[in-house]
Amino acid sequence: MLGEGIAKGFVETARNFFGSYLSKDRLTTVQYPEERLPQIEATRDFPFLVYDGDDWQAGLRCVGCQICEKECPPKCIYIEKSKDKKPDAVGKLQFFPAVFNIDVSVCMSCQICVEVCPFEAIKMDTEFELSTDDRFGGLLWDKARLSKSNAYYGKIHPTDAAVSDALLAEEKAKAEAKAKAANEPMANSTLPNALQAVSGASSTQ
Amino acid sequence: MEMNAPAVQDLIANDGAANGDEALLELSLGPHHPSTHGVFRMDVVLDGERVVKLKPVFGYLHRNHEKIAESTSYLGSMPYTDRLDYIGSLTNNWAYALAVEKLAGVQVPERAEYIRVITAELTRLQNHASTIGFLTQEMGASGSPLMYSFREREKILDLFESLTGSRMMCNYMRFGGCRVDLPSGWLEQTRKVVAEFPRFLDEFERLLAGNEILLARTQGVGVLSRDLAIQGGVTGPILRASGVNYDIRKVDKYGIYDRFDFRVPIGEHGDVYDRYMVRMLEMRESLKILGQALRDIPPGAIMDTKTKIRGFRPKAGEAYGRIESPKGELGFFLISDGSPNPYRYRVRPPSLINLTVLEDMCLGSNVSDTIVIFGTIDIVLGEVDR
Repeated sequence: MLGEGIAKGFVETARNFFGSYLSKDRLTTVQYPEERLPQIEATRDFPFLVYDGDDWQAGLRCVGCQICEKECPPKCIYIEKSKDKKPDAVGKLQFFPAVFNIDVSVCMSCQICVEVCPFEAIKMDTEFELSTDDRFGGLLWDKARLSKSNAYYGKIHPTDAAVSDALLAEEKAKAEAKAKAANEPMANSTLPNALQAVSGASSTQ
Repeated sequence: MEMNAPAVQDLIANDGAANGDEALLELSLGPHHPSTHGVFRMDVVLDGERVVKLKPVFGYLHRNHEKIAESTSYLGSMPYTDRLDYIGSLTNNWAYALAVEKLAGVQVPERAEYIRVITAELTRLQNHASTIGFLTQEMGASGSPLMYSFREREKILDLFESLTGSRMMCNYMRFGGCRVDLPSGWLEQTRKVVAEFPRFLDEFERLLAGNEILLARTQGVGVLSRDLAIQGGVTGPILRASGVNYDIRKVDKYGIYDRFDFRVPIGEHGDVYDRYMVRMLEMRESLKILGQALRDIPPGAIMDTKTKIRGFRPKAGEAYGRIESPKGELGFFLISDGSPNPYRYRVRPPSLINLTVLEDMCLGSNVSDTIVIFGTIDIVLGEVDR
């Protein structure tokens, strides 16, 4: 009979329409600003710089090695190395970035900077409501805008943060043992700051 | 007559309408039109409702992908491959990784091979689901079928997000394996999605398979003959719908596809209906592969330990890696001169090559059929223009 196929199709449409009142499976709409889906842990959008402790300038893990700047496929990272040094997350004296800019209008969220960073210093954020009316200054993020605490990293990516903390703790223990063996008084004078910072961060997990 | 642009006059004169028998009309379909799936233009010459000439015009989305790849590292090109066929970024990743692995002679751990098969088949599911959704939309079934298929696609994109961090631009595979291991609970969630997917297919078949309007619009429309399909270099579901048994998963057995038991659906007539049905059946075969892969996936490493991510320098040579992407044969040809960048990087995009038979399929049909025939080729402009 002509029209039988169409009628059968409408049965399916009706099943979905009435089913949407009964089953959550068929009503998947989320009323976005009021309702939100739970955040998926692996989600990534733009990079941020991790710091340990409370002071973002002292605790910044980045040592300004410029590997991410070189590897970034769309070349959205700009780094200027500092002239002087400060103790890093492991306790060694290192350079730090005097300027660290990311142009998020160019960034394509590919995560390659995170993969190539040997210092666990750059990670991916999950914040996505970032619209701005300032298309130049508002999208060029500097060091202050990019820095976020290790506690925040632990909150958004708990699994990855645990791995990264363990790695750093191991490296720190190695560096400490080495410094102890070489020169005891000197190690004591340079380490405390960084030591407190790292232990403080990992205790917030 | 003086008001007409010269190009139009030429076109019309070439078709022999200058002798005044009938007036031909040149119509520009696209580039900004939802039915063209992006920025694609069809320069159509019409005799009444009938298409007498069709010239595909593309390049609006050209991004210099191949040349950029020649000036970035091997790793740096991986996220750009996501942007070729942005519906199925994981299959693009795999094709590129396969080419580099051939070039450098890298072995992939078994678990990574299984993850690749699982993600690629999930990609095929969501690609075909959205393609048939768009196709019915173009036939005038606005709304419901597309929304149902997008509802299912959403579940697969959620799986991709929890695995790779991104819904579409996954950037997941690496030379010698995959970037991260499966998160806890991912396999269970995937099994659930795979178990529920047949319900969607059954519903979708009941919704449309017997629909008289769909049958009238698709059967015998846009026939692509077997010979022309082979001569045109067409691959993927379109080729199989024309009756050619050619699936690279069976022909090359790349990765670990020789371990799975699945069949290749073949069409008989090469019309729009066959291309639609071949995709529906392929989804069922993908579910079969997924069931076996999810059952057999072994524990173990996901990255080859000898492969460096940074400073990757394959020895001089060349390699061509190809896979059966949801749209056809996706290949990457690489020439290395031993430096950190490829000397030559070439993509063989299935969308572009399948598009070359568009005119032959459309001649003689009317404008609304042209849109439907174009829809069954299943192109993504990111891949056509690169």
